[in-house]
Amino acid sequence: MKRLVLTALLAAGVAATALAPPSAHADGKEQYVPLPTYRVGPYASSGTLWWAGTLDYFRYINEVEGGINGVKLKIEEFETEWSPDRTVEVYERVKNGKDGAPVAFFFTHGTPASYALIEKGAADKIPLIDPAGGRTESTDGTVFPYAFPLLFNYFSQASVGINYIAQKEGGFDKLKGKKIVTVYHDSAYGRETQAAVNLLAKKYGFENFQIPVADPGNEQSPQWRQVREIKPDWVFLRTWGVSTPVAIKTAQRFGIPADRIIGDVWAGSEADVIPAGTAAKGYQALAPYPGGPNFEIHDRLRKAILDTGKSDLKDKKFFGAVYYNIGLINAVLAVEALRAGQAKFGNRPLNGEEGRWGFEHLTIDDARLKEIGFQGLLQPIKLTPADHEGGGAARIQQWDGEKWVLVTDWIQADRDTLRPLIEAKAAAYAKEHSITPRSPTAEN
Amino acid sequence: MNLFLETLIGGLLAGTMYSLVAIGFVLIYKASGVFNFAQGSILLFAALTFVTLLEQGLPFAAALAVTILILILGAILIERTVLRPLANRSPMTLFMATLGLSYVVEGAAQGLMGAQVHALDLGIEDVPIFIGDVLISQFDLVAAATAVALALVLALLFNNTRIGISLRAVADDTRAALSIGINLNRIWQIVWAVAGIVGLVAGMLWGARQGIQFSLSLVVLKALPVLIIGGFTSIGGAIVGGLIVGAAENLAETYVGPYIGGGITPWFPYFLAIAFLYIRPAGLFGERTLERV
Repeated sequence: MKRLVLTALLAAGVAATALAPPSAHADGKEQYVPLPTYRVGPYASSGTLWWAGTLDYFRYINEVEGGINGVKLKIEEFETEWSPDRTVEVYERVKNGKDGAPVAFFFTHGTPASYALIEKGAADKIPLIDPAGGRTESTDGTVFPYAFPLLFNYFSQASVGINYIAQKEGGFDKLKGKKIVTVYHDSAYGRETQAAVNLLAKKYGFENFQIPVADPGNEQSPQWRQVREIKPDWVFLRTWGVSTPVAIKTAQRFGIPADRIIGDVWAGSEADVIPAGTAAKGYQALAPYPGGPNFEIHDRLRKAILDTGKSDLKDKKFFGAVYYNIGLINAVLAVEALRAGQAKFGNRPLNGEEGRWGFEHLTIDDARLKEIGFQGLLQPIKLTPADHEGGGAARIQQWDGEKWVLVTDWIQADRDTLRPLIEAKAAAYAKEHSITPRSPTAEN
Repeated sequence: MNLFLETLIGGLLAGTMYSLVAIGFVLIYKASGVFNFAQGSILLFAALTFVTLLEQGLPFAAALAVTILILILGAILIERTVLRPLANRSPMTLFMATLGLSYVVEGAAQGLMGAQVHALDLGIEDVPIFIGDVLISQFDLVAAATAVALALVLALLFNNTRIGISLRAVADDTRAALSIGINLNRIWQIVWAVAGIVGLVAGMLWGARQGIQFSLSLVVLKALPVLIIGGFTSIGGAIVGGLIVGAAENLAETYVGPYIGGGITPWFPYFLAIAFLYIRPAGLFGERTLERV
């Protein structure tokens, strides 16, 4: 009797499998999206919110919109603790896709990993996506077809910072003779803006001081003593992790007012200012990823994802936090690039080469921003085969002691001034690696 | 001259913050001869527990008391599950056990209390005080006073109480201490609990400055050169070592840093520690070990 029941169950199982509608992936309708993430370790406080934003948006696309033109996103996370060697390992494991679902791009989620993977990505023809990060010269897509320092590269970050200071001072001519100190995380990330600031200092005549803070930066008295000796007009803060709140508090101790300090993208989240307490009140930061939970996309997510209990966010008070919004924006950039690729190659999962084409033809104008609910949260963006950044603007947000308040509209970087510097660095890389730059019009 | 004085005084005061962290290591090393790799994780766990309880609405004193209770229970648990089964094993085995323990404690801290950054306001203003033209941090003054007070309390505990004398006996000769009836397990429990409480004090002060988050566990990186310079077995040595490291790294960053690219504070204390290893391998106040070979 027992054997009979088992046989019946087995037969029913086989029949159910045979009669069931084919799965999405059996249909070739899944796009594999591997995500190297860091939910534990030193940077977990940023990571947990970032991936919540990314996953919530991808879930919204899959469940509310039925995927991208019917192609569902198959997400898989890999814990790296923000370690580049682990990210390289993840890349090697996922670059050929999974269960027939191809990879169209790979989020590196960190400048060190972008540096480590740049040659592998080119060899494997997998686009490496690192919005507001990555190797700045890879903005030149003629030399770096598979690297995308999307949205807001480091040179643009420096330029927007200087442009905002000029705006506050009453014009670029007022910059002459001003003292601007950059306090930076002593790493590839921290040093990445130096060439741009040097160039802008020559152009506008301000005095440029660069002071490094070594990782992790939990004691910065010597650095801020030097800053105090300089008596700066402005401080550009390019720190990361714990070095930001320590910098803000130490600056206060040495009499540098918070509203004369402008943090860059990675020094401008809630995690950077809350630990600094009242010392952070008035502190300003570049915001290509503005904070706030009241943009149109948040209403849509609140209704479809948050209120239905499908959000990855453990604590809803962080809905709309800067890192959550970073996750949303990075996810929408990927989704829109896949749409662009599908428009050329058909509504099906894309491979790396097709993904690159999609990113290189990514255009999100005001009308599209409104349609997808990102107006005010994301800047208009247009990439080309020669320009892998595409945006180059940020708003400025100011910490009022409790929340970030947006104090400007989008401020555009001086990309025309910076482009020759990017091309020179890209040309040097091309020479060193025997790369023949492709024609910028070849892919149109 | 003002800059030199300010840098020197600021460095000495900052150094006491390193001493606070180093004292936790000294306690366990004195009792068991083991470098406790998990001290940073315990510091993080203690501070995170305290701030989480505060955020749950507990008054300051109650949150402090509950955290201390949890640390005592944790010390008993560690002694029973990690140290007791490994009794009489080599110091290297015990060291590796503390290495594993550090990951367990870190994981437990983040798993139970989350990975977000917490602000901690101890009510100590981090604003400058001027003595003449010399700027001194009020926060650093409080931290220095705390470190000195803690060192005095621990000195009283270990010199004038039965527990302290037992601990010194265990540190001097474990077998002889056991033969006269000293309960080694209880001593280890007490020492780990006290080291946890010292970690809590250090975690609160460091946390008030930089926020309570995972990177708090990394402040112990500064403790190693302090211990090498001051000696692994002396609380006074931890204080002096902290002062030397704090002053040296501040002066080096200010006067040497600009000529070699700056950002030298993380490695300069280790450079100094290596120099001390050549001159005094046991540190300034550490006990020299003589072994028959």
